Amino acid sequence: MATASADFRELRLDRISRTFGAHNALKEISLTVQRGEFIALLGPSGCGKSTALNCLAGLLPLTGGSIWLDDRRTDTLKPEERGFGMVFQNYALFPHMSVHRNVGFGLQMQNVPKPEIKRRVDEALGVVRLASQASKLPAQLSGGQQQRVAIARAIAVEPPLVLMDEPLSNLDAKLRLEMRAEIRRIHRMLGSATIYVTHDQDEALSLADRIVVLREGSVRQIGTPQQLYERPLHADVAEFMGFRNALKGKILRRAGDEVEVDCGLGAAILGTACDLTTGTEAVLAIRPSDLLATASGPIQAKVTGMEYRGEAYYGTATGAQGQELFFRSEAPLQAGDTVSLTAPKDRVLAYAAGAYHG
Amino acid sequence: MADASSGTLSLRHRLAERGIDGVTLLIVPAALFVVLLFVYPFAYGFLLSFAPAKGGWLENYRRFFDDPYMYRTIWYTLRLAIPVTLLNIAISVPIAMQVRHLRRQKLLTTILVLPITLGTVLVAEGLLSYLGPQGWLNRALMLFGMIDRPIRLVHNYWGVFISLVITGFPFTFLLTLSMISGLDPALEQAAATLGARSRQRFAKIVLPLIVPGLAVTFCLAFVDAFSVFPSAVMLGAPAGETRVISLAASQAAFEQYDYSYASAIAMIMAVVQLCFVGLVLLARGLFYKGPLGGGKG
Amino acid sequence: MKMDNALDKLWKTLVWAFMVFFVLNVIAMIAVVAVNSFGTRWLGTWLPAGYTLRWYKSAWKEFQLSDVLLVTFQIAGAVVLLSALIGVPAAYAMARRNFPGKSLVMLLFLLPLLVPPITFGVPLATVLYKYGLAGTMSGVIIANLVPTVPFTVILMMPFVEQIDSRVEAAARVFGANTWQLFLHVLVPLLAPGILAASLLSMVRTVSMFELTFLTAGPSSQTLVVALYYSVFAAGVRAGQSIDAMAVIYMLSTLIWLVVALRFVNPTQIVGRAKKSRTA
Repeated sequence: MATASADFRELRLDRISRTFGAHNALKEISLTVQRGEFIALLGPSGCGKSTALNCLAGLLPLTGGSIWLDDRRTDTLKPEERGFGMVFQNYALFPHMSVHRNVGFGLQMQNVPKPEIKRRVDEALGVVRLASQASKLPAQLSGGQQQRVAIARAIAVEPPLVLMDEPLSNLDAKLRLEMRAEIRRIHRMLGSATIYVTHDQDEALSLADRIVVLREGSVRQIGTPQQLYERPLHADVAEFMGFRNALKGKILRRAGDEVEVDCGLGAAILGTACDLTTGTEAVLAIRPSDLLATASGPIQAKVTGMEYRGEAYYGTATGAQGQELFFRSEAPLQAGDTVSLTAPKDRVLAYAAGAYHG
Repeated sequence: MADASSGTLSLRHRLAERGIDGVTLLIVPAALFVVLLFVYPFAYGFLLSFAPAKGGWLENYRRFFDDPYMYRTIWYTLRLAIPVTLLNIAISVPIAMQVRHLRRQKLLTTILVLPITLGTVLVAEGLLSYLGPQGWLNRALMLFGMIDRPIRLVHNYWGVFISLVITGFPFTFLLTLSMISGLDPALEQAAATLGARSRQRFAKIVLPLIVPGLAVTFCLAFVDAFSVFPSAVMLGAPAGETRVISLAASQAAFEQYDYSYASAIAMIMAVVQLCFVGLVLLARGLFYKGPLGGGKG
Repeated sequence: MKMDNALDKLWKTLVWAFMVFFVLNVIAMIAVVAVNSFGTRWLGTWLPAGYTLRWYKSAWKEFQLSDVLLVTFQIAGAVVLLSALIGVPAAYAMARRNFPGKSLVMLLFLLPLLVPPITFGVPLATVLYKYGLAGTMSGVIIANLVPTVPFTVILMMPFVEQIDSRVEAAARVFGANTWQLFLHVLVPLLAPGILAASLLSMVRTVSMFELTFLTAGPSSQTLVVALYYSVFAAGVRAGQSIDAMAVIYMLSTLIWLVVALRFVNPTQIVGRAKKSRTA
């Protein structure tokens, strides 16, 4: 199973749409996935990421667009004819079958001969390191083990594409980190493509080759984890990626990428233009960890609260016009103190105002 | 005085710790009621059945099993109850599978609840004219050329059979539907992504998971069908092929006024039901009986 | 693959066709009774020769329907009231307290629902005759309470369980005594459940043939038993007036059912009964 199964070059989603009555759950999404790639569909709940996954699996019919595996159109096929592997959020293990029969189910459906099924099930269970549990029932396994069975079941049929629907959301924090590493390892080993749905940025950043950010049924950005983390294309993506400070202001000067913005917080703030075309209003997005308390910074604000997080202190403050600020400090400050804040200009991202809420 | 009150207090405390307090006592009237009017009559009937008007203590049972006119009632009843129950389950399952995703489920379930509510007497009265030689069913069948002359559907086995299907099917169906709706839909979806076609999904996933529930449904429906009474009289041939056991019991009680014998027949009826239910539940033990969801979701 | 899909479609169509067939037959069966009760002469044709209301008049007189209806609703009303009074507190205690032997008590409440009425009706009637209660209205009421009290307990338990016990604790903290708690907190919260249980007990009692048949005397017959006797003695009376009575009976149960269905889903009721039965 070290080699990828069914040979394919790419999976292509061509403007796929799905509506539920008047509600557009997916709006013309296009995406091309290469063999061996790990794609994360990331977004808040209700953004359409699970709908997209169900459409790929064939559990929901499309209302527009098409899905292609190389030259083969797959969106017209029933789920059982597509041959994709899927890992469900609650695992959906068959409760009346042993682990062995669960994992071998797909092969049994393909009428693979028994000895061959046994060999491949053992192999799949080996990959997820569960070889010793083959004869147990799912209810006798721990959450993490059930998760591994679900993965083994999906990969035993050697699918060209593995779909995962928030597979880690039912596990506790420690197990989640462990399974994350496992999923990455298994993906590398198989060499097939994986599409992984999650609402957790950390998971998406650490697992994916490319991340697709969805919002209200549309693609907002497709990029590598680095691109998304450092240069979100839109203000709403930035907000979702952890840029908690959103400061509205007037553009004073613009030279190439560099902008100077007056947010009414003291001196003008230097930033980097991202999604800034024309106009005079801008929104600056800054991560709390990049907004530092210093002796003399351009921003002045009044501290309202402080919390200790081990590596540093994180605080909240209010600006002159009531703006809410989240910052980082090496030393504790008192509520009511005046603090001056600064951020490196390449970590201050400027977006066109009004576009903030997409 | 002080001692007494502290004594009752501590007793009260000890009882409360075991879950018995003023609130628990609210059960007493209901429990007493059932004991007095269900358990006691049953026990009384049981004892009475061993105290026949004449003869030894087993005389009633001997009389029943010596008389072909009596002991055949068991066979007549089983011959109705078992096929009807099996048929009802066999048609409930596919219909429930198909209806479970329907939006207007409530309308359908309401229509189906009607025969249960109307009860066996009214269904029997309706079927008497509907199935009769001049009834709509025979007319329709003749109109479509499916038969040449009216078929006999009342005052025989088939009349009772049909009435049992009409009153029994809704009950079986509603139980089956609630069971199938309780299945985690992700299980079937998972099977589908693994290449199982709809028939395979049913055979490999749905059926094994609902078999234990179907066994219970079978028991409940069987017990209901086994005690068939008014329709056997009104729609059947109460002196012949549909002389069911409950009819024998009520005749012994209200035509011969032999309560001891009637109680004996009621006990025989209960034992046959119990044996059958026991057998089905024993067989059920062979199947998976855990939760119907997938894993710990 | 094409073949498979075609077979699937065919199967689905067959199942639908069967369902339509079944529902049509049920409706037709009911319609026959209704049409016949309004028909003048109906022999060998699809529909009666003419329509009239006179069967209702004659049924009303012949079967003394006003008396029978009065008896029926007196009995049903008493059964509903008593089973709510006895059943609801018991359901509350069963849902809230754990005590040794609880499963035994549960079995005690389940048995009268599991055992068919005709099976326990014969010994029950025997006992009632022994104490001279059979043939009277109180005898019929007592017999009908045997299944409805446990039915109320079983049906109400999940309704009680749905109420967060912290709501009761809060009422206690704010100084409500047991009686006030019951009156101001529990009864309003349980109202939908009590209503559903009462309506369904009503339907059960009105349509309960076996127990009433076994225990009733001439003056304590309910409608359904009167109907049975009149069918049994058919030939003496016109079929149409029997059907007129049947229509009146139908209406007297259906009204309650329609009202009850506004509050509960039939699948739920049966499902719940099943769940507690298997538990």
